[in-house]
Amino acid sequence: MILSKLVAFLRPHRSQVALAIVLSALTIGASISLMSTSALLISMAALHPSISAVGVAVVGVRFFGITRGLFRYAERLVSHSTSFKVLANFRVWVYSAIEPIAPAGITRFRLGDLLSRILSDIDNLENFFVRVFLPPATALVIVATVSLYMSMYSTILGAILFFGLLFIGVAISWITLSVSFAPGTRLTDLRSALREQIVDMLQGLADILSYGQQAQFMAKLRSISQPFYEQQRALGRINAMQTGFTSLATSLVIFSMAIVAIPLVNSNSVKGIHLAVILLGAMASFEAVQNLPQAMNLLGANLRSAARLFDLEQTTVAVSEPSQPQAVPSHPHIRFSQVSFSYGQEPILRSIDLDLPPGKKVAIVGKSGAGKSTLGHLLLRFWQPDQGEISLDGMDISHFHSDAVRKSISLVSQDTYLFNTSIRENLRIAKPSASDEQIMAACSHAGVDSFIESLPKKLDTIVGERGMQISGGEKQRLAIARAILKDAPVLVLDEPTSNLDAATEKMVVSTLLKVAMGKTVLWISHRPAGLSEMDEIVVLRDGAIVERGNHAVLAASGTAYSDFWSSATIEAD
Amino acid sequence: MFSKRLLSLTRAYRARFSLSIFFGWLGGALTILQAWFLAKLVNDVFLEHRTISQLDALLPMLLAVMVLKAVAAFLAEYTANQLSIEIRSGLRERLMQKITRLGPVYAGAERTGEISMTALDGIESLDAYFSQYLPQLALSASIPVTILLLVFPIDLLTGVVFVLTAPLIPFFMIMIGRYGETLTTRQYSSLSTLSAHFFDVLQGLTTLKVFGRSKKQTEVISEISDQYREVTMKVLRVTFISSLALELLATLSTAIVAVEIGLRLLYARMEFQPAFFILIIAPEFYFPLRQLGLKFHAGMTGVNAAVRVWEILDQPEPPPSPEKDIHATLAPSSGSVIWLKDVHYDYPGRESFQLRSINVELRYGMVTALVGKTGSGKSTIFNLLLRFAQPNTGIILLNDTPIDSIPVEQWRRWIAYVPQNPTLYYGSIKENLLFADPSASTRQIEIACQNSGLLPFIQSLPNGIETIVGERGSRLSGGQAQRLALARAFLKDAPILLLDEPSSNLDPQLEADLTSSVKQMAKQKIVVLIAHSVKTALAADRIYVLDQGQVSQFGSPAELRAMPGLFAQLVSGQPSEASG
Repeated sequence: MILSKLVAFLRPHRSQVALAIVLSALTIGASISLMSTSALLISMAALHPSISAVGVAVVGVRFFGITRGLFRYAERLVSHSTSFKVLANFRVWVYSAIEPIAPAGITRFRLGDLLSRILSDIDNLENFFVRVFLPPATALVIVATVSLYMSMYSTILGAILFFGLLFIGVAISWITLSVSFAPGTRLTDLRSALREQIVDMLQGLADILSYGQQAQFMAKLRSISQPFYEQQRALGRINAMQTGFTSLATSLVIFSMAIVAIPLVNSNSVKGIHLAVILLGAMASFEAVQNLPQAMNLLGANLRSAARLFDLEQTTVAVSEPSQPQAVPSHPHIRFSQVSFSYGQEPILRSIDLDLPPGKKVAIVGKSGAGKSTLGHLLLRFWQPDQGEISLDGMDISHFHSDAVRKSISLVSQDTYLFNTSIRENLRIAKPSASDEQIMAACSHAGVDSFIESLPKKLDTIVGERGMQISGGEKQRLAIARAILKDAPVLVLDEPTSNLDAATEKMVVSTLLKVAMGKTVLWISHRPAGLSEMDEIVVLRDGAIVERGNHAVLAASGTAYSDFWSSATIEAD
Repeated sequence: MFSKRLLSLTRAYRARFSLSIFFGWLGGALTILQAWFLAKLVNDVFLEHRTISQLDALLPMLLAVMVLKAVAAFLAEYTANQLSIEIRSGLRERLMQKITRLGPVYAGAERTGEISMTALDGIESLDAYFSQYLPQLALSASIPVTILLLVFPIDLLTGVVFVLTAPLIPFFMIMIGRYGETLTTRQYSSLSTLSAHFFDVLQGLTTLKVFGRSKKQTEVISEISDQYREVTMKVLRVTFISSLALELLATLSTAIVAVEIGLRLLYARMEFQPAFFILIIAPEFYFPLRQLGLKFHAGMTGVNAAVRVWEILDQPEPPPSPEKDIHATLAPSSGSVIWLKDVHYDYPGRESFQLRSINVELRYGMVTALVGKTGSGKSTIFNLLLRFAQPNTGIILLNDTPIDSIPVEQWRRWIAYVPQNPTLYYGSIKENLLFADPSASTRQIEIACQNSGLLPFIQSLPNGIETIVGERGSRLSGGQAQRLALARAFLKDAPILLLDEPSSNLDPQLEADLTSSVKQMAKQKIVVLIAHSVKTALAADRIYVLDQGQVSQFGSPAELRAMPGLFAQLVSGQPSEASG
């Protein structure tokens, strides 16, 4: 169950949770005691006894006057700090849930939705401990104590207060919860729809403006935000009614207690000085259940957020890890035998055979969308082949842990991701222990050293969001520098130059060829640059191999490859 | 804590805002009345020994007050809440309109994630300010004053205690609040950092996995969360101390009042009923002020979030373009020319000119290519042509008319633009195409797809043109997404066609097909393309070679290839010396 799963996150902080409950109960206890002793003091004083008779009451009033604030302060420190610790665990948990399903599972959720999930849902849960869990726990302690105290005057008084508190704390809360569940659920969904729409608008602003679609997009935004505000209005109405009913119920309990207590005082079975104590004590005790409606209200949103986050765990992992992983050979002989694969119904790869002994260089060429990139993804164990097998030194790749496989492969792809941190940290991803000298050596090898030197903050330069401030060529060179630092025996190049201009492409290709020396290379390309240096060229069409051979052989005959090559070389003529 | 500008947002709703505050005050006034009746009840029963039947009208009156009090509580909260929704909805609309007017030059340079967070979460966090903090601020002034007015005639001494302690509360709040305010700002930026980091990590998860670093990130995340906790706890500790001071003041004052009236009662210097009345309302006197302390934090968060909202709203906008559609007849046609005359442009906040003395001539019936390294100013020229940005000096003319005298919507209607990374929206391929022209016929769509090379791909799909493409075209390859964007631009059939490296993700065959269809179309258009590949450039009729924001060469491909210079170097694939 979601709630128990959520509560389980509190378990590691058990003692702090208990402390928070005790402090919270003491806080409310102090204010009830303050009002009761004050009432007692005044009632006693009204009968004009000697000063010594009211001494204890005076001390009590002063004591509770001071301690309430102190207890409250301590409780808040403990509960909030605990709450943040729980949240940190939660964040880590969420990440750990997503990590194994990426990148295969990520496309299942839209990116904006994923962002919304993680950020809003976790922020929602920020309330869980302090506002959702703590109030009912505290209320439990207080309600029991106060009702027992009142029953000492009269069982009926105790019962009225007990059921009154219960009615406000449970019944009103429960009714509120069930009434606000539907709008609350809709609101969470609409909020993430609204976020997606806003993100869409911002990312596509150039397209929207150039097509003159701003009015349509604003209308679309309104069509989502109107129901969003509608639900907020509905929830606001429910909350206000809850406030009204809570106020009414509280007053009625006090009223009934007065009605019950008056005859008891008249008949002297309850002392007159205690009438004020009963009424003021009961009034003060409602503080214990004051926050319960809100807690119940938040509980709905919390459960919904938690359910969405826990849902991440349900996503099936595209690649399962072996129970007893084998050690990956240092220079693996890679072989694809009869590998077929599809993301859905449409086959992406059909019966692919490839042989990559250590040091061999194979290029995969073909039209865009021919399934070339998928070959690399299968080798990196992002996905599992549907049929056939990929083997390392004759052993099926599924016998190796995917992290170990990836350790022996460097990938340079067309869209290099640079993190929003320094260039140094971006390069150290490949080798955390790398010294600045090693980093700069790799950069000079990759031909990006003079660029870094030209930056005022050099390696400390922070890369803008999604690497915006760095040109495509430099980005690819940084990716190459990463690959050099990683120094893996296998190099997978997934159209590494497709976003570069011709001049830059030529320079990057010549760098890549130098880096590739002595390594096993799988070069996925739809451009001719560098292909003549490959040992074998495999031409893919509609996911199947249509031709293979070396550059000289294929380029000579009237093959698909030669068409491809000759149409492409116009560029160089 | 008190933002005039936020407060000014309530001005449009002055009557409703006042009504909401009135209901709040009414609730407080009825609480006082209830206290009076309760004090009388206890007095009559405890000291006068009356029975229920002897209490006459007291009980029904008490009951009536109780019911009215509940109604007032409902109305106060309800009106404040509805008002807050209207204010936020208006503000969000204004913000999004503003962002649309600022365009991609602003919204692209700033962070998409950060702006969307401001537009959604930032504005949502104003709710606490409008629905709780502001009404509470009004109550914390009006209710204590009402109580004072009643207490002074009854008991001077208690009135003095109230008057002496009450100002201490705002004093503490302001003192501690000032410090807390800077901390809250820090906490807000720390929360943004935490979110941005999480987003960054998720986006780069594939990269992290390739390098086997993805598992390590859990440590980084918990580290950053810890830092967040520390910063936030620092803020909260201050807020908690401020509310501790407030609570101490309130509870201690109640205790002082209780003891003080108790002792006077003991020496018969006071009656029981007023004494008990004062005891009941003593907490009520401090209650609104304490509530304000509780809501203070939420209110401040709103004020801080608003800072970013104001920042965006205060961005200078391009001057409004003329409203009237008087230039429809000017649409580019045979013989038209777009001139960029001595255009200078720099991106706001950057030192050096992005474009210097640009003179470019774009002719109808021709393909003009812009060539140059990244950062040489090609995309900036597109931004100027699209009027996402305005030249600092210089002018852009369509024939004899400055383009900024043409209504901007009208101008953009004449342009079809394919950015380098086009945005595809979640929906079917057809929906993405109809974006350009909702009334396009099936035949028109087919022709556009044919020309862009998208048709074979559509035909290969089981659902054809109804196939759903994901966010940012995630189910499409780069080439497919690009062809879709091209088809969309072709479908618009505007007299000006701007293509930002149309063939970067296409293989050579598609590239050749595309070049010929663009050339065909160019007979009845002004076509401008940013060429990364030399082949694309060679297919143009006229080439401008840009270098560091200036036109370094221009002419026909044949002329340029014969000429020594940057273009000849690019064609031969040699690195240019100028680039260092």
